Amino acid sequence: MAENTPRITPHSMPDGSGLLLSGCWTAARLAEPAAWSQIQSVLRTCSASGATAWTWDLRSLQRLDHTGAQVLWNAWGHQWPARLLLLDVQHSLLARVAQYAMPPPLATRISAWQLFLRLGGRVWFLIDHVRDLIRLMGQLLLDAVRLARSPGKGPWRDVSGHLYHIGATALPITALVGFLIGVVLAYLMSQQLRQFGADAFIVNILGLSLIRELGPMLAAILIAGRSGSAITAQIGVMRVTEELDAMRVMGIAQGYRLVMPRAIAMALAMPLLTVWTTLAALAGGMLAADLTMGVTPAYFFTALPDAVEVSNLTLAVGKSMVFGLLIALIGCHYGLRVKPNTESLGQGTTASVVTSITMVILVDALFAVVFKDIGI
Amino acid sequence: MSPAVPAAPAPEAIPPVIEIDKLWSVFHTAGQEAVVHQDLDLTIEAGELLSIVGGSGSGKTVLLRQILGLEQPTHGHVTVLGKPASQLGSEGAASRVGMLFQHGALFSAFTVLENIAFALHELQTLPHALIRDAAMVKLQMVGLDPSQANKMPADLSGGMVKRVALARALIMDPPLLLLDEPTSGLDPESADAFCTLLRSLHRELGLTVVMVTHDLDTLFELSTRVAVVADKRIIVSGTPEAVMAYPHPFIHDFFLGKRGQRASSLLREHPVTV
Repeated sequence: MAENTPRITPHSMPDGSGLLLSGCWTAARLAEPAAWSQIQSVLRTCSASGATAWTWDLRSLQRLDHTGAQVLWNAWGHQWPARLLLLDVQHSLLARVAQYAMPPPLATRISAWQLFLRLGGRVWFLIDHVRDLIRLMGQLLLDAVRLARSPGKGPWRDVSGHLYHIGATALPITALVGFLIGVVLAYLMSQQLRQFGADAFIVNILGLSLIRELGPMLAAILIAGRSGSAITAQIGVMRVTEELDAMRVMGIAQGYRLVMPRAIAMALAMPLLTVWTTLAALAGGMLAADLTMGVTPAYFFTALPDAVEVSNLTLAVGKSMVFGLLIALIGCHYGLRVKPNTESLGQGTTASVVTSITMVILVDALFAVVFKDIGI
Repeated sequence: MSPAVPAAPAPEAIPPVIEIDKLWSVFHTAGQEAVVHQDLDLTIEAGELLSIVGGSGSGKTVLLRQILGLEQPTHGHVTVLGKPASQLGSEGAASRVGMLFQHGALFSAFTVLENIAFALHELQTLPHALIRDAAMVKLQMVGLDPSQANKMPADLSGGMVKRVALARALIMDPPLLLLDEPTSGLDPESADAFCTLLRSLHRELGLTVVMVTHDLDTLFELSTRVAVVADKRIIVSGTPEAVMAYPHPFIHDFFLGKRGQRASSLLREHPVTV
């Protein structure tokens, strides 16, 4: 291997000083750090004294590729040296590099005016986003009216498919997360409550916080991450593979066939998943309360209806329906905005998840303020 | 069993670039076994421009992927440049083999120039200015305008994507170039230009080229040898004329159908010279 290492060695020739090139001048071999630093140092001293002052002997090269030729051409300062000994093959390679050699591009500076224009571009982008989202909501409303007029013609197969994928397949993960949160919460609370001897209040704390806030939030955040991203990715891939265009050409309404079934499925699945997650969390809390404080499940069951009003459950179900609609709409919105390339698909999916989780938390805060007098 | 039409004898000193020996490919789909290749043998010598043809589903692309080491044959050996194909994908593979995928497979997050220069950048030794220069040479070598250098792959036409992908495959000057349907999806003019480009690159760089194609014009214009995959093996390989003379129903339909006759008339007008 060592004898193939690209090298450049100065040696004296009858008509002055010469440079003998040897080894494989190919990209892979030149990139070996030892070889490259040797070549660099010799070439630097050569060009310091003027590349044309030397006789370049390329004849004993084992191989020369375009990268090697480029190295030489750059060292010669983009012109042929006066004294050059080489083979025909090498000449044609160097000639091709010489033919296509380009001056480096001029660095472009960004003026203040361009920055201003860029800011304007950002603002328009944001306006465009909001307009698209409003249009999507309006379209969903119109589609809902159309569905109400002729429910028999609705895309019910799509709805049931999405209901299964969004709802049924999410049951294990939401139950697991809910159960664990319930255990953790009950365990932490029991430490505090025991100091005051207020063990029985564990039912009130767990019941209110889980049913009113944590159940809907947990389910919504999990579903936003799990199904919101899936919605964006599905619709985004349809854009990349031109399926959306194919649908439009066939005269099939995207809103009616893609957005509405997902929105309906999400709006139905979300309240059910919320109830399911809350139940799992309560079960976890009940178990932890029994183990740490001896609050029996029997007591838990009898005390829970007194501690938590039914309106809390109604509120939770109501807002989780809104969360579901939001997640579906945001997922579809970002999916439909994906441009036909993979990078945009990735960005869209990320943006969809981040936006829907943020929106869920914002809307939850809104609910907390508006309904602060109900159920507490 | 397979009476191969003898190709022009290769020089003794140079070992074959690709050797495929008793290759079996068996796929399991839905509980069914599909045998695609059965005892397939093929040897490709240095400097050849070999076209692999065959019907849909005859396993041409699978063969190409096995040569690249992307898929493992069920039995048999594929040797590329003296090493098993499965070792081809190790570090520095770009300097051994270049592949032009059917749809280009350009990295969509990079610009055209970054795509072409990717393999050189990965060496992590050469300076950026040199890499840029080398990539610009390759960009123009495949007939693209320097102004295309900073475009993104999504903004390119089909013909330009193929050219950029070819430039990327050639960046390290590999001795072996594999092409999967190089002219599919190109208009006739671009396809002709692409053929001319391939032929000149093959001649000037001394490449060994293996391509899978359905396009008879490309086939007749470029190939020094044609290998026909049918009945799960190479039924015949040789010059286009020799292959056309071989009696087999697939060859009859493929070459002597109306399209084939039109394309082979070109062959008589412009015989392949290497």
